Amino acid sequence: MSDAERSIDDAPDGSTDEFEPIQVFPEAEEMDLRPGADNCYKCSTCDTNCPVAAVDDEFPGPKFQGPEQWRLKRQDDRDVDESVMKCSNCMRCDSACPSSVPLSQMHNTARGEYVDERMSKRSREYLRNRMLANYRRLAPLASTFPRTANAVMGLSITRWIGEKLLGVTSEREFPEFATETFREWWETRGGNAASKKRAREARAKRGGDADDAEKRIAYFHGCYANYNTPEVAKALVRVYEHFGYEVLVPDQRCSGTPMFANGMLDDARRAAETNVAELAAAIEDGADVVASCSSCSMSIRQEYPELFDFADTETVAETTWDAVEYLRVHEDLEAELAGTSVDDEFDSFAYHAPCHSRNQGLNGQTIEVMSAIDGVDVHDVGDSCSGISGTYGWKAENYETSMKIGEEMFEHMADADAEAGLTECPTCSMQMEHGTGYEITHTLEVLEAALVETGTDE
Amino acid sequence: MAIEDDVLVVGGGLAGATAALAAKDADPDARVRLVTYKQSTLRHASGLIDVLGYGPDGDGPLVDPFDALVNLPESHPYRRVGVDAVREALSFFDGVAGDAYAGNHTDRNALVPTAGGTVKPTARYPAATAAGLASDERDALFVGFETLPAFDAPRSASHLEAAGVPFSTRGETVSFPGIDRDDAKLVRYAHLLDEDERVRTSGRRMGARTALATAVDARLGEESRIGFPAVLGDERPAEVRSYLADALGVDVFEVPTGPPSLAGMRLEDVLFDALSDDGVRVTAGVPVIDYELVAGGASESDGDRIDHVVVDRHGSEIPHRADQYVLATGGLVGKGVKSDRDGVFEPIFDCHVPQADDRYDWFVDDVFGEQPYARFGLEPDRDLRPLDPNGEPEFSNLRAAGAVLGGYDFAAEKSGAGVSIATGYVAGTRAAEEVSR
Repeated sequence: MSDAERSIDDAPDGSTDEFEPIQVFPEAEEMDLRPGADNCYKCSTCDTNCPVAAVDDEFPGPKFQGPEQWRLKRQDDRDVDESVMKCSNCMRCDSACPSSVPLSQMHNTARGEYVDERMSKRSREYLRNRMLANYRRLAPLASTFPRTANAVMGLSITRWIGEKLLGVTSEREFPEFATETFREWWETRGGNAASKKRAREARAKRGGDADDAEKRIAYFHGCYANYNTPEVAKALVRVYEHFGYEVLVPDQRCSGTPMFANGMLDDARRAAETNVAELAAAIEDGADVVASCSSCSMSIRQEYPELFDFADTETVAETTWDAVEYLRVHEDLEAELAGTSVDDEFDSFAYHAPCHSRNQGLNGQTIEVMSAIDGVDVHDVGDSCSGISGTYGWKAENYETSMKIGEEMFEHMADADAEAGLTECPTCSMQMEHGTGYEITHTLEVLEAALVETGTDE
Repeated sequence: MAIEDDVLVVGGGLAGATAALAAKDADPDARVRLVTYKQSTLRHASGLIDVLGYGPDGDGPLVDPFDALVNLPESHPYRRVGVDAVREALSFFDGVAGDAYAGNHTDRNALVPTAGGTVKPTARYPAATAAGLASDERDALFVGFETLPAFDAPRSASHLEAAGVPFSTRGETVSFPGIDRDDAKLVRYAHLLDEDERVRTSGRRMGARTALATAVDARLGEESRIGFPAVLGDERPAEVRSYLADALGVDVFEVPTGPPSLAGMRLEDVLFDALSDDGVRVTAGVPVIDYELVAGGASESDGDRIDHVVVDRHGSEIPHRADQYVLATGGLVGKGVKSDRDGVFEPIFDCHVPQADDRYDWFVDDVFGEQPYARFGLEPDRDLRPLDPNGEPEFSNLRAAGAVLGGYDFAAEKSGAGVSIATGYVAGTRAAEEVSR
């Protein structure tokens, strides 16, 4: 028998010892995504899911950005290609890949490396991106003088300067800052102590155990619900208290989503470290974590464990939920909604499922839950991406691409029998409003209208 | 509490979607949910709906696939469900696909030219390929694009002629207006045509559809039909085709191409639009990883009863409970059947997969020979319930459909779509009937 005919894993002496794999590559000292790259069999399913590659001639698609770039980078003289900055971080390629290649992890890592090593820290692009990624740093200032900030941001001169000086598109209107942030409202309302009392009363009213200490959630509101749409955060609090949950509002920083998307991994690491520590402490106190923003929950559930390894990162990821999903699994939400109704203001919606909800398997959830409420008609506008992808569509150079991606959603919204929009992502909501002029509501606000009696709170 | 439904289908390919639609059709009041993880092999599929192209001994192409079904071995999925069910399932598919598909006027196989220049026998074909059939005697021009090496038109045309088609063929290669880079994605071509984006061509700006028609017109001879690779629109393919046909004064058709395949993606759209219209609840992007049995629910003849399955949503384990379950997770490529050094297995329910003990017997040396691995999969009873090694149902409320089933070699027979539709239809219908009972 020639050598070629003998199977290579039979021991030469005929013994049947257990197969022992050989370590071909040395133990990695830094993040090495090569094994993930090797799982790619180049079927290009990711490329057919990429909203950017379908409209932007300069973007080579996720298969290149991910596995192909990681293979190329094995050669010492290869830098990360600048086209990685064209990826909008919608993460659709992740749930597309039949081989579970960690595409968005590769993109995030490559983007971080590109910004670190190749983007000038004095360039306009870097400054602009750093500012957009750290919107939360500017927000407290604007929130201190919300009316002035809104007036200044709304001036055409401000938008003109924004575009000329910083490369932030002048086509979009900046989101308004609320006159009272969610956290200010929360403190005034009495904070956790007040919530504890309300939850206790609700449990007693529902015929449950008033002393049930299990019913406790820690709310990750993120930046937008705090500074811009506190009505969403308040709705969450009231809906959870209605079910008898005591709400904790831990200290928190940005979830990191806009930082990943801009390759600012050091900023993201600092924010994540605080969030993981604060949320882990709440979990230690018996709370589960819920988020109202689909990108915040996505970031904590998937990107944290993929990119960071602080103590408790995994625990926090596994204990974090989308706010509606949590109620569905822990309460009989549909039975609770049966027989409820809402006013005319919420009678029909064009619903867009954000990419970051889809990635969490929540694409059908809102339609299912809303169908239990009388008088609400919700039309799914399909599986296209809204195109804004956080800070992506705010950049002057991406504005046109962003609107081209959004075109399909705009058309489907116009076709739907509704004059208002519904979604769970703040920036999708901006894009929906920008493209159609519709007012956009968050799903939790509809739940609040259906479940919570008005006048129970100021 | 669990997410509750009557019928839960695991898998979002052709078999899973058909099963969910059939369940809803059998009992419109049933609550039906489809859970699908990563995107299915429909993304690689030609979009052709074949039933049987070649017989068990490689005889063919078969003229009438239905005549040949009775000659298949007892263990073949078609024999498990019976010839009548295959016919019913196909007409059910016709109802779902509507105008998007053709071929239901006859039992005979149609011969569709492929990108490789062969002809494939198939029972149904997308409307986009209708004008290209090899039984049509009109001469055909094939047009490929410089930046799309997956379809080499001149080579494809000469292969077809060598295969003996009853017409003359010619191939031309043009550059696709508006595509500048060598590695533009398939969806970019389709999007340019869907949206009729303005493109620059020989110094002038015009719509992509006009620009393409102009580029092709210069190469058109006496032919009365033109075949393009399947990139003619994703959202609005019929509109794109008819625009080109009018502009060029010929019939326009598509030649199915390899992965990634727009023809397969359009079929996926047809199925998922139908799921949404029929009120099937779809949960996508997350895997079913485990199951729990009903405590004390086992009966001797029927096997254990599944209480709920566990869906993993990024670390949160979400129970999904239904009365009846359909497993349609695909075969070795779709990862519904997996293998490692110790054996071949079905990863969710660990259903029995018949296999040789020695893994060197899983294949034969002749690459195109009868490969045992090609037939790996679950062995079902006539109700499509997977059987354990003793020939008893593994579970009383689990049925299996599509490529997760074994006992057939879809690549050799050209039977992949037909088996998925027939077994999906039967599994979904029986599951819903069991719920109603």
